[in-house]
Amino acid sequence: MNKNRPEKVYFFGTCLIDMSYPEAGMAGIRLIQREGVKVIFPPDQSCCGQPAYNSGFPEEAKAVARKQIEIFNKDYPIVVPSGSCAGMMKHHYPKLFENDPDIKRVRAFSSRIYELTEFLVHVLKIKLADKGEPVTAAWHSSCHAAREMKVIEDSKSLIRQLKNVRLKELENEHQCCGFGGTFSIKHPDISSAMVKDKIEDIKNTGASIVLSGDCGCLMNITGAMDYHKISIKGQHIAQFIWERINGE
Amino acid sequence: MENKKFNFKENTAQALLDSRLRKNLKFAMGAMIQKRRAVFSNAQELEKLRVLGNSIRRRALSKLPELLEKLENKCTENGIIVHWAETTNQACEIVLEIMQKHKADKLVKGKSMVSEEMHLNKFLEQHGIEAIETDLGEFIIQLAGETPSHIIVPAIHKNKDEISKLFHEKIPGTPYTEEVEELNAIARKTLRKMFYEGHVGLSGVNMAAAETGTLCLVENEGNGRMCTTVPPVHIAVMGLEKVVEKLEDIPPLIRLLTGSATGQLITTYVNMITSPRKAGEKDGPKEIHLVILDNGRSKILADPQLRQTLQCIRCGTCLNHCPVYTRIGGHAYGFVYPGPIGKILTPQMEGLEKAGAMTTASSLCNACEEVCPVKIPIPELIRRLRNESYDLNGTVQGHGYKKHFMETAAWKAWELVNRIPALNAASTKMAGLFGHMLPKAGPLKEWTHTRTKPVFAQKSLHETVKEQGVAHE
Ligand code: SF4
Repeated sequence: MNKNRPEKVYFFGTCLIDMSYPEAGMAGIRLIQREGVKVIFPPDQSCCGQPAYNSGFPEEAKAVARKQIEIFNKDYPIVVPSGSCAGMMKHHYPKLFENDPDIKRVRAFSSRIYELTEFLVHVLKIKLADKGEPVTAAWHSSCHAAREMKVIEDSKSLIRQLKNVRLKELENEHQCCGFGGTFSIKHPDISSAMVKDKIEDIKNTGASIVLSGDCGCLMNITGAMDYHKISIKGQHIAQFIWERINGE
Repeated sequence: MENKKFNFKENTAQALLDSRLRKNLKFAMGAMIQKRRAVFSNAQELEKLRVLGNSIRRRALSKLPELLEKLENKCTENGIIVHWAETTNQACEIVLEIMQKHKADKLVKGKSMVSEEMHLNKFLEQHGIEAIETDLGEFIIQLAGETPSHIIVPAIHKNKDEISKLFHEKIPGTPYTEEVEELNAIARKTLRKMFYEGHVGLSGVNMAAAETGTLCLVENEGNGRMCTTVPPVHIAVMGLEKVVEKLEDIPPLIRLLTGSATGQLITTYVNMITSPRKAGEKDGPKEIHLVILDNGRSKILADPQLRQTLQCIRCGTCLNHCPVYTRIGGHAYGFVYPGPIGKILTPQMEGLEKAGAMTTASSLCNACEEVCPVKIPIPELIRRLRNESYDLNGTVQGHGYKKHFMETAAWKAWELVNRIPALNAASTKMAGLFGHMLPKAGPLKEWTHTRTKPVFAQKSLHETVKEQGVAHE
């Protein structure tokens, strides 16, 4: 990992944040800008390609991936507010392009990928001052943030910097919440059983808010909590941090 | 268990309704995960061992034909009779012939997944031969008329109460008891007799060393040793991938296998079988047969990526850690090998047409890959098999498992939307404007069974950054 502080970074918004959680994306951008780094948001960006990649449509995934590689063409780090999309771009793009003449370019692209909290901790070495009220927050690790990007400790270390936040870890922290993209649509019954157990664990922490670095999981967990009328809030970690340090 | 009406979705829906099954599995899996963690508490050491295990298995597979030939030669030299079976049916016939030659009508069996793959018990029954399972778990499910639901713990789906009832009802003269010790004693007493009555003993093979022609078998109950030493004839069945090059390859694999499977440093019994009883020896069978089964394995071997499937040492830990397996249990998969390994092995053995649907039942959370002691990239292979299930025109390519024209068309549309910025902007805008009015139909219908509809933002991130003046280049 290149740990030198850059002047400029690219921000990849992810399709889910674009459509459903723009505030989380903005918070990520603000957190980087706050450290005096210029954030570039290429307007033509879209999706990392993972949905098609995981569903058995590699050609479609590759076409979309190629587009992102073209767009993020300068030598800046690319910061991604999602462990899952970051994992796709960092670890799976090189596999997708294994036998492609562009492979060198793809590898260079992948080497510039950072998950947001990883970037804040290791490159920007961000320091946070908490202005919020005391709160107990539960933490949900997304599978790919944990197992592909291995950034869970980074995310948690940021939350621990907030002195009024009591961080609670889930009993089965590393078990999938049942989202898995199209899995939750193809096997809604199994997915529901998984998210139900996850919610039980969240409830058991006594937290009033659950945080995650991945909006897919959040959409799944909060959707199920709303359905079951459980009043625990869900928020992307970037937005949570941004609100706490600004006393919002 | 090859159910003609196999419907994976129906099976899973049914399994999920079974709250007792869920409870049994959750309890058992929790305990197994704990035990594994305890025995592999040193992460660095475990990683080193996994790298070694992976390289041993990869090396063996890279020269498999040569090693198999060597194994055959060595075994033959040692006095073990080697048979080759291309299909499960051929393997069954070989076992039958041996039994008939010895006029044996009882077979005592140690635990063997390959014999499950062969559906051996049913085959023998049709030929008037009784096959008796002597592994406690296998014994329980045989009494219940079921198949294993886990590759290491075949009766994991049953709790103590269910087993108590089963013993009471199925073993004549057995009083009802819930005492584990007593249950064990009942099984032991019932089975002991069988070992002497069984004319032929059958076992699986955990690994075989080509260098010396040694068959290695690990177990905890001692029944395996009984099956391989008490009857005058021993038949070992193994999948052809189980061979390793050298004797010294075996100890690290045993350590990985037992640590992953049961959280033990080593099992109570480790059997190394090299020859039948020699002159002057007091025990052991007079005749040993080794049946080496292909059943599609050599085809899997031919593909360098899919070949990794054959690295598997059948430890079952991927099942224990799989969030899908733990919710539905092994029977819902409808085939002999369940869980993550089943998802990649079964469709290759049985064809995507028949078993391809299994590959959809994964959230690709990577838990299986994280724990696999020989580092099989299971999620990658699941993706590969998913890719093979379709072709670009949405028509079946011979082995594709479903003709999903609509799905193919939808992904093509997705590609266009995400490749062409103007389309992307338009579709995000539409979602923001009309998303709340989306009917609960199609995929959303399933999603909203137990979740509220996703909320679409009025203003996308693309629009927000523009408004807020975030730089773009
Ligand atoms: S795939 Fe790996 S974890 Fe699963 S049974 Fe085989 S060796 Fe064990």
